[in-house]
Amino acid sequence: MQKLFTRKSLSNASMYIIAATVAAVSLLLGISIGSLSIPFSTIIKILFSAWLGLPLSGGDAPDDLVQIVMMIRLPRVVLAFLVGASLAVAGAAFQGLLKNALADPYTLGVSSGASVGAVLVIFFGIQLPLFGTFTLPIVSILFGLATLALVLLFTRAVERQMSVETIILAGIIFGAFFSALISLMIALTGEELRQIIAWLMGSVAMRGWKYTVLLLPFFLLGVVLLLLNARELNAFAFGEAAALHVGVNVMRRKIMILTGASLLTGAAVSVSGTIGFVGLVVPHMVRLVCGPNHRLLLPLSLLYGGAFLVLADLLARTIISPRELPIGVITSLIGAPLFALLFFRRMKRKM
Amino acid sequence: MIDVLEVNNVSYRYQRKQVLYDITFTVEKGEIFGILGPNGSGKTTLLKLLSKELSVQSGSITVNGRPLPSFSHKEWARFAAVLPQTIDAAFGYTVKETVELGRYAHQHRLLPMWTEEDEQAVDAAIHEVGLTEKAGESIERLSGGERQRAYLARALAQNPELLLLDEPTNHMDITQQLHLLNQLVRSAKEKKLTVIAIFHDMNIASLYCDRLLMLKEGKAVALGTPEELMEPALLHSVFQSPVNKQAHPTVSKPLLAFLPERGLSAIEQRGLPELLTWTTMDDCIAITAAEPLKVLSSALVGSGFQWATHFVNRQVSKDYNREDAELEMKQYLRKRGLPVSSTIGMMTAVDIHDAVCIYEKQDAFSLWAVVTAGVGNAVDAAHAWKRKQFEQKIGTINMMIFIDGTLTDAAYVQAVMTATEAKVKALYEENVLDPETNTYATGTSTDCIVIAATQTGTAFSYAGTITPIGQVIGRVVYEATKEALRRYRKRRDFS
Repeated sequence: MQKLFTRKSLSNASMYIIAATVAAVSLLLGISIGSLSIPFSTIIKILFSAWLGLPLSGGDAPDDLVQIVMMIRLPRVVLAFLVGASLAVAGAAFQGLLKNALADPYTLGVSSGASVGAVLVIFFGIQLPLFGTFTLPIVSILFGLATLALVLLFTRAVERQMSVETIILAGIIFGAFFSALISLMIALTGEELRQIIAWLMGSVAMRGWKYTVLLLPFFLLGVVLLLLNARELNAFAFGEAAALHVGVNVMRRKIMILTGASLLTGAAVSVSGTIGFVGLVVPHMVRLVCGPNHRLLLPLSLLYGGAFLVLADLLARTIISPRELPIGVITSLIGAPLFALLFFRRMKRKM
Repeated sequence: MIDVLEVNNVSYRYQRKQVLYDITFTVEKGEIFGILGPNGSGKTTLLKLLSKELSVQSGSITVNGRPLPSFSHKEWARFAAVLPQTIDAAFGYTVKETVELGRYAHQHRLLPMWTEEDEQAVDAAIHEVGLTEKAGESIERLSGGERQRAYLARALAQNPELLLLDEPTNHMDITQQLHLLNQLVRSAKEKKLTVIAIFHDMNIASLYCDRLLMLKEGKAVALGTPEELMEPALLHSVFQSPVNKQAHPTVSKPLLAFLPERGLSAIEQRGLPELLTWTTMDDCIAITAAEPLKVLSSALVGSGFQWATHFVNRQVSKDYNREDAELEMKQYLRKRGLPVSSTIGMMTAVDIHDAVCIYEKQDAFSLWAVVTAGVGNAVDAAHAWKRKQFEQKIGTINMMIFIDGTLTDAAYVQAVMTATEAKVKALYEENVLDPETNTYATGTSTDCIVIAATQTGTAFSYAGTITPIGQVIGRVVYEATKEALRRYRKRRDFS
């Protein structure tokens, strides 16, 4: 009954408002805190002047401050936000479609595929003529998409119905194989070891706007695809047969959802490496608060996942500054206890 | 009335195994159509074809002439709703959110809007299955029966014309089953829904369905009303199990009982005398059967048809007269340590030591008759109406006939007739008169009869006077009654 109470007492609108506020504040915090502290008001003025052309007096913000905000801090928090949002939404969708609490964006092996692409680029020092420094994310994202296609083709070859169990198994098979390939390259490498490990642990540092721009179209496409399938995801929660019975075109919707979630995952991995935990746990935490309805779960996971990664990145770069910790370590270090606490309280209430 | 659904020569095979062969049937609007068959008979496959979970391989399924494959999934969901055996309980969804999914097929724009009509359909469906108060509860907190009702509400929210049910009550106890099915039939009748349902319980199917299709190994073996289909021979061949058919006590539908396979019973191994144990106590005769016998009797305790292991003929004093005789008799039985629910209990004022017992062994069967007779109460049935009043005395001629054989209901009734006729003849020859009318008595006012059969061994369809068993019943009862009367008179004259 307690849970019912919490769910009833918060209207959907107020849940959105809270989540949006949390996201905005975390973005501001991310920009504000660093080797040089910048007050919120200054940040807002700088943003307004940059976007809306409002005049900015030199007293408010010197030029170097504008540079720091616009060229260093803002792209970093935006990238962190987009990556966190991508992983959380993809995780929510995978968990809903695969009906598996342990599913996360990495379950289908798309991330392993993308990683293989990235590690290959570092291992062989490849630089494609047209893309330059963009080579790594582009190769990586192509590998991610190819992996999805492989997994789906293999699943379909095994079983025409493409049941979720078969999809998960196929994903695990390909994921394991690609992980082994990565380990193989790590074992054979010499000079690039540190670079590969650093990339694998994940980071959103020093990427600038270019990576954000690369991620953005995939992000938008993936999120729109998944939001359009929120009702179908609810239907899938009752099993594929039940979804079919209420009129869902199961095969088409399943492929749409898998594609959307994989686009988000592949793109996120290609720009930031494999950052763990966000995609697994943020959807669970959001579910504890708002229930399993995907019409609410997906947008809220987006906002909270983004905010979560911005804050994790903030911690990663400030705790032992000027050195930076790998962001993947931080997500788990703060995420696990947070989840444990929420889970504990929820189970206690149920008794 | 239009034919709503036509299934024509539908066959289906999974990779190597053919599961349906040329199924053809038509279901009319408003009909409740049942599909019956043992496991593996193809009934679930047939339903999956109807729900579009599987696509038709050969033959055709049409709705009002339009072939099934031409319906999109959404179109079909607006026409037909499915209630399966079980649905994975999606964790955390409320009843209302679950039922809302039923409106999926009715929202067909790119950005679906939740309309007033949707809201009303959902509320009405939840109300219809009686879950309005639980609309906000999580689905996994409901009981199995309530959960299935929530899924029924979802199916109803689809506003379908056709409901497809796959053993919808499989995991419920009998109360929940009836509750759900009553609800279902009521909704179906109110909304003129057509229902196609798989049932595993033939009695439930027979109670609720207008027509039934019986499948066996993928082939349709029978199609018709429950009355037509519930034939023991047909069911035996379909379910490979012997079946017995009876009338429902209050509804004009047949009831069926499967018969368990029994090993060679004690009776067949040993015969009637070894099966029955006779004990004479100071005030009663108790006969105990090693295995239950099927009994038709007019006894004070255990009247009508029932299965019994104990048969008691109790001697009471001549002035025993109690309103609550049955209750008192039950207490008496309980005091004697007898299982009341499987005991046939009679009373007599006659000294039970004068009971006559005759055993007759034939090739095909054996028969054992136990008679006590007293005629202090003798009555001529033909002239009983002339008597002003009956004194309720415990009188009487009590007959117990044990038969080693299988009797039909008709044979039981004829056994009663034959025994009664033989008794009348014995009374006539012993010159027993009705003291008031001074005519030959045909019995006493409180006579009692028990016909008990093992229901194993030779089958007897009839037990009239022309049949071998009837002839033995007649002769044995005649002889036993005469002997019992002689003993009765001897004791009376002696005292």
